[in-house]
Formats: sequence, C-alpha cells, structure tokens
Amino acid sequence: METLITILAGVLVTVATYLLLSKSVIRVILGTAILSHAAHLMIMTMGGLKEGEVPLIGKDHGPYVDALPQALILTSIVIGFAVTALSLVLAYRTYQETGTDTLDELRGNKHE
Amino acid sequence: MQSLNSCRVKIVYLFNCEIKSYLLQLDNFAKYFTIRNGGLILVSVNLLIIIPFIAAALILFLQKRVSRIHIGWFVLLIPIILFIFLVRYIPNIANGATYLHTINWIPSYGINFSSYLDGLSLIFGLIITGIGALVIVYSIYYLNENESLKHFYCYLMLFMGAMLGVIFSDNIMVLYVFWELTSISSFLLIAFWFQRKRSREGAQKALLITVSGGFSMLAGFIMIGNITGSFSFREIIAIIPDFYDHTLFIPAMLLILLGAFTKSAQFPFHIWLPSAMEAPTPVSAYLHSATMVNAGLYLVARFTPVFGGEGLWFWLVTVVGLVTMFWGSFTAVRQTDLKALLAYSTISQLGMIMSMFGMGSAALNNGYSADSVVYTQATFAALFHLINHATFKSALFMVVGIIDHGVGTRDIRRLGGLATYMPITFTIAMIGSFSMAGLPPFNGFLSKEMFFTSVLNIREANIFSLEAWGTLLPVLAWVASVFTFIYCMIVVFKTFLGKYQEERLEHPAHEAPVGMLIAPIILAVLVIAIFFFPNVLGDYLIVPAMASIFPAFAAEADLGVTISAWHGFTPELIMTIGVVVVGTLLFISLKYWKRIYALLPESWSFDSLYNAVLETVETSSNKITNFYMTGYLRDYLVYIYLFFIIVVGGTLIYTGALNFDIAGNAPIDAIDWFIAITMVVGSIAIIFAKSRLTAILLNGVIGYGVALFFVLLRAPDLALTQTVVETVTTVLFLVAYYFLPDWQKENSSRKTKSVNLLISVLVGAIFVVVALAVQNEKLFESISGFFENSYELVGAKNIVNAILSDFRGFDTMLEVVVLLIAGIGVFTLIKLKARKGEEELENK
Repeated sequence: METLITILAGVLVTVATYLLLSKSVIRVILGTAILSHAAHLMIMTMGGLKEGEVPLIGKDHGPYVDALPQALILTSIVIGFAVTALSLVLAYRTYQETGTDTLDELRGNKHE
Repeated sequence: MQSLNSCRVKIVYLFNCEIKSYLLQLDNFAKYFTIRNGGLILVSVNLLIIIPFIAAALILFLQKRVSRIHIGWFVLLIPIILFIFLVRYIPNIANGATYLHTINWIPSYGINFSSYLDGLSLIFGLIITGIGALVIVYSIYYLNENESLKHFYCYLMLFMGAMLGVIFSDNIMVLYVFWELTSISSFLLIAFWFQRKRSREGAQKALLITVSGGFSMLAGFIMIGNITGSFSFREIIAIIPDFYDHTLFIPAMLLILLGAFTKSAQFPFHIWLPSAMEAPTPVSAYLHSATMVNAGLYLVARFTPVFGGEGLWFWLVTVVGLVTMFWGSFTAVRQTDLKALLAYSTISQLGMIMSMFGMGSAALNNGYSADSVVYTQATFAALFHLINHATFKSALFMVVGIIDHGVGTRDIRRLGGLATYMPITFTIAMIGSFSMAGLPPFNGFLSKEMFFTSVLNIREANIFSLEAWGTLLPVLAWVASVFTFIYCMIVVFKTFLGKYQEERLEHPAHEAPVGMLIAPIILAVLVIAIFFFPNVLGDYLIVPAMASIFPAFAAEADLGVTISAWHGFTPELIMTIGVVVVGTLLFISLKYWKRIYALLPESWSFDSLYNAVLETVETSSNKITNFYMTGYLRDYLVYIYLFFIIVVGGTLIYTGALNFDIAGNAPIDAIDWFIAITMVVGSIAIIFAKSRLTAILLNGVIGYGVALFFVLLRAPDLALTQTVVETVTTVLFLVAYYFLPDWQKENSSRKTKSVNLLISVLVGAIFVVVALAVQNEKLFESISGFFENSYELVGAKNIVNAILSDFRGFDTMLEVVVLLIAGIGVFTLIKLKARKGEEELENK
C-alpha cells in the first residue's frame, strides 16, 4: 500500500512539475495544487498506513493510526488552499491589468 | 530566594572585576604621566594617533564659528604639536629606547591598539607631521576661501591620523584598519573637486587598486597570524625563524608584498598615481609624494626581519623596485604635464627606495655575520633617500602648484622663461630638481651615491644566484638614473628657461605670494642642510631605525654609515659622472630621439590595459548575467529543478541510499487499486486536456481521489476538509476562468517540451526513490503513543483535533493567520486599483 501511494504521489509530482514548467499562469497554479496533493499523500504514507483504528477514542481501544501526520496534513490543506486562492486572484488581476496570462509576455523589462 | 542571592553575589563580583580591570587600565595610563630624562612626557603614542581624528571631527563645526579667519590656521596647530612631541622622543630613541603602549580593543582575538614607537616609525612620523604642517601652511594660501575648506581639512586630518596609525601600530590587524583608512581618505582627497569627471575617475582608480592590494595584505596578515599565533610585530619577529618552512610562509609573503606594491605604486600597479594628480596640489605634495606612497615602503621595511633572507623576497623587492625605477623615469620624460611628470618621477624614486630595501634584506640571508653587515648599507641608503625624497619632492610639487596658480597652466609646451618673473620659485625648483637628479651640493647626490654603492656591493654577494644576474642590477639602475637626470633637467629648463610665451598663458607670470613660498623655502633649505650635515640625520634617526629592521645585527655591530660627499675616485663616482654626461647629451638631443616614445602607442600602455580589464570585466559579467537571468519564469524553474536533480540525485547515487522493500507494507484492497489508477490516468490526462474545463475537472478528480484515500486510510477529519476545500477550490478555478482568456494550446517548441518532460520525470523518479528509501529506514518509534492519551491529558476524544487545538495549538493559530492574510490579500487585490497617475508611471 505504501509503495502504491508513493508511486502515485510520484506520478502527481511529475505532472505537477510539468505543469509548473508551462507558459500559462493557470497551468502553473494547477501545478501547485496538484503538488500539494502529492505532498499530503506522502505525509500520510510516512506515518504508516492501515496500522490501526480511526484515531477517535472510545469506539475501540486502539491501536490507532498515527494521528500526528493527520494533524499536519490538516494544517497543510488549509495553507495550500489559501495560497491557491491568492494566486488565482493574482492571476485574475494580472490579466486585468496587463491583458495577458502567458508568463513569457509577463517578462519584465530588460533593465529591471 | 537562594538563587536570587547567589545571582546578586555574582553580579557584584563581576562588577568588581570590571572595576579592577579599569583600574589596571588607569594604572597603565598613569605610568605615562611620569618623568623621563627630565622631560615630562604626558602623551602616549596612542594619543598621538587619536588627536587628528578628534580634530577632524571638530573642524566640521569650526567653520561657522570663525568665518573671518582661514581655518587652516587652526588646523596647522595639530601637526605642529605632534611634530614637537615626536621631536622630543628623538634623543631617547637614539639611545635605543622604544615605547610600547597598549589599549585593549578586542583582546580575545589578540587585536589591541598597541602603539610602538621605535626608530623606524619615528622617521615616518616626523615626515608625516613635519611635511603635514608645511603642506597645511601652503594650502592656506593655495586654496580659495570659497572652496569647501572644512571638508578639505577634515579629510586631511583623517588621513594624517590614519597614516600615523599605520606607522605606530604594533598590531598588524590595527595596522590594516588604518591602512584602509588612508585609502579612503586619499580617495576623498583625490576627488575633492568632485564636479570634475577626471577627479572622480582618478579617485576610483586609486581606490580600486589600493584597496585590492589592501585586501590581499589582510589575507597575508591573517596567514601570518595563523603561522605564528600572534598579531604583534615584535612577537612575530621574535618567533618567525621557527616557521620558515611553513607552507603559508611564502603565500603570506607574496600577499603582503602585493599590498605594499599597490600602495607604493610599484610596477605594474603604478597607474593610479598619475591619475591621482587630479587632486589639489597640496594633496599631491603630501599624500602622493611624502606619506601615503611611503606606506608600502614602511611595510616592506617592517617585514624585512620577518621575510628578509628569503631569496624570493630579495628578488621580488629588488627587481620590482628597479623595474619601477626604470619605467617611471623612462615614462616621465615623455610627459607634457608637469604634475604627471612629477607623478612618474615619484614612481621612479619609490622604486629606487624599494630596490634598496630589497638589497638590504640580503644581509639576513645567513643570519648575522660580519661579512653581511656591508649589505645593510643598502637599507641605510633607502631610509636616507626616503627622507630626502620626501623633502625635495614635496617642494617640487608645491612649485608646480605655484606655477599652476600663477599662470593658469601646467603644460610644459606652453611654459618657458619663467625664471626672470619668478626668481624664488625658480631657485627652489632648481634645488629640488638637481637634488632629484643626484647632483651636489644637494642631498639627492648623497643618497644616489649610496644607491650606486649598494648595487655595486650586491654583486659581490654569493647568494641567490647573484653571480649570474648581478651585473644586470647596476646596469638597470644606471640607465634609470640617466632618464631621471633627463626629466629633472626638463623640469628646470623647459619651465623656467627658454622662450617666454605670454600669449599662451592665462595670466601674466608673477612671483607667488610670500605665504605660498614659506613651505617650499623651508624644504629647500632642508635639502641643502641635509647635504652639509647628513650625519646628524644618520646618527639620530637612521641608526635607530636600522636597529628595528635588523634586530639581530644591532646587538653585534654598528650599523651606522658615515655619510660623506667625497670619498675618492670610486666606481660610483664614475657612474655619477657618466649619468651627468650621458644625461646632458641625451637632454640636448631630446627632440631627435623622442620619437621612440611613438613606438609605444597609447593603446599599449598599462593605463589602457587597466581600462580594458575593467571594461571587459563589466561587459562579461553583464553578458554572463544576461545569459542566465532571462526573465522567463520557466528558465528559473529549470535551474531550480536541475539543481535539485543534481544535488539530491547525485547524493542518492553517491551514498548508495537506494533501499526498496515492500515487506512491511499494508495490504492493498481492490478499491485502492481502482482509485490509484483513476488518479494516475486523470493526472496524466490533465497535460493533454484540450479545454480548461476538462483540466479543472480532472484536478477535481485527483482532489476527491485524495479525499477517498483519506477515508480508506482512516482519517475522517482529513476526508471532510479535503472534500470541502477541493470543492471550493474548483469553484474558485471556475470563477477565475470566467475572467481569464481561453486556455491556449502550449505553443512551445518540441525541444522545450521534451526538456520539460525529462525534468518532470526525473524529479518524480527521484521523489519516489527517496520516499521509498526513507520508508524503510525507521530509526525509532513514533511519538504518537503520547497523543493517544488525549482524553486523560486534555479531555478530547478526537486525537487529531486534540493535537490541532491543544498539543500543537500554535500551528493552528498561525494557520488561521495565513488564511486571514490570504483573505486580506484577495480583498485588496480585487478592491484597490492603481490610480491613473501611478498607472502611467508604471508603464513608463
């Protein structure tokens, strides 16, 4: 299971990297979103998978799955969402101001 | 309470220690308020260094207070006071006393303000303060009232303090600090008329060259400190013989020499000195003839007991000195500007002194022996000529300043026949030039004779393979002296004699005001006085200085040389006569052979080489930067990924950390396979998506897939959050799409695409390999067992929530802040628009 998820995350990283290297802003933002999915899956995997019960006390008396990675991922999801939202609005405003959403055209002047 | 008490005791104890150390310092200080030899010496040498700096600060406030009196008169007090103090030390120093006084600065690094006054630093100190006083007198009359006088004198005092710091510091690190201060104040003084482009260029050139040398010198000092474990001259000289075979010994020597050569304008670093002639003439007379350019010579003299006797040291210092002497005198003849001529003559004379220091170091080759004492005469001559050069060269510069001031030009081709209009100036110029040429009855004659003596003596030394090359040294020295003679004649004859061309001058010629003549007259009198009473100088100043340079010899033999103007028909006298005869002939036939200078076009000079180097460095760094800083985001990402691939992948291969084992894995159910394969297919499909809607939905597929995995992997909170967030994100994307233009096909070239693909696959592969390797390297148990007591500890049954809000609440707090900032950012981005004017500014 860990190997499967790892390889899956690897595929996601590959796709994200490819998207990050592309020219349009929206693809780059998509790339970041996919990259964060991969990261979350990896954090999950690192804690070990299916080694116990759901981390809710009272239903049964453990052993529970490692709860710490879950807490970390929960934090990370929210931060990733905030960043994605901000980049999207930034892309929208950039397009409004400059009339383009391709990164090559957004290149600054030569002497900046 | 107990701990508080002990703390208090500690503080009191520390406080007492502080007070004790201060009392010790005061005690040290009090030792200086003692009576010595009937004279009350109230000043330690440290104070001498500090006084000019204090003056520099005060000058800036002075000008407003005294608008009617030229502030130069106030500034003049300082060098005079310092000079008098130094003069009072002469008898004691001549009797072999030395003065050391330390003020702690950074004791833990062994860096302290220790000032050390001995014969060597005394000579330099007298030159700096004495000529400093004369230059200030001269500048009072030279500079206009409407110049920015307070800045001029402030920089000058800064320079004087720094220069005194250089020569009196016993600690090489402190010496370096003052060394750089001289570079900086010289930079400020050269560009005193900053409105002129050439002043700025000259200042920049001087700064670049001297500071580069200073840096290399610092490196050398640090090496010396590492070799010997001390930064103090005296200690280094005492223990250096144990370290002659140290690997850093030669590198340190070369680096320190580089510093000395750049500061003293030795070949090929001499180019900054002619450019520095854009400075006001008092500055040229002071810095670029008598003081700052002597700093390198001082360094060489100081380090002679450390490095002398090393063959490389001897050859480098001697040969570079002689080559500089030749090149400087050879180039001086072709100059048409008087100041440039004097600049090259300074270069040449400095080279001569440098080569004499080099030859003197040969005496240290085998330690002390009676035979090698004869080579120390070269060092004696060097110190003697150093004093002589300072006197006549400053006088000459002042003369040129007078001419410039009087007739408005320094161009030799426009000058001539000034002798009848400026008799006193003419006399001074003649004394200075003939002294420089090495004619009697002036002091230059004596030092030139001694110079020839030392080059002839050094041939006899059977060391450093001199028997093969030794004959070259006198030849080179003689040729250089011939050229020296020629340019000295040019100064006198082309300027003051010949045809008076009034129509080519800006003002009619007239004698300078008396005040301007005071300083050069004093110097000219000195030039003659030294010729008639040279041994006073020798016994009182030079012999103690020799003791500092040859500490081992001083105990054994008398290093003094009796200077005499006449010692029979010796080879050196014949050489001098030859110089005069050949020089006169060449000077008369100057216009016939001047064409050889045309063989060396301007574009081949060292100046143009320097400019070319600067330009090449600038353009090539521009090219390099423009080559990789393209401004395209993709390129930068490529660099980052390549770096990642090379470093992480390389480390993987290098350490062989590949580790793959599926034994410990959890079982995989059919549904897991299904979701995983769906996600793989979905994610790859994003790349090929034709429309943006497809892409965004596929991203949703991945997001919900992750959420499903969270469900399967027993993480309810995560699944919930992931679902909600994925939904909102998808909505956001869709909203953004409504405003953004259509999703275009990636129109990159095939090459770019394949590079992107290669990078992506490599990054993914490295990611997977590292992750798999890490999974099988469980070093210790997880700490999650602790969190499972969340009910007992914090009363929460949901462990994940307990971690988020209790065990690791800080994370959550700041994550909320992140959301808040993002929200504010989104709001401002949408609401706030640039105003009209700003938009226009941006588009400019």
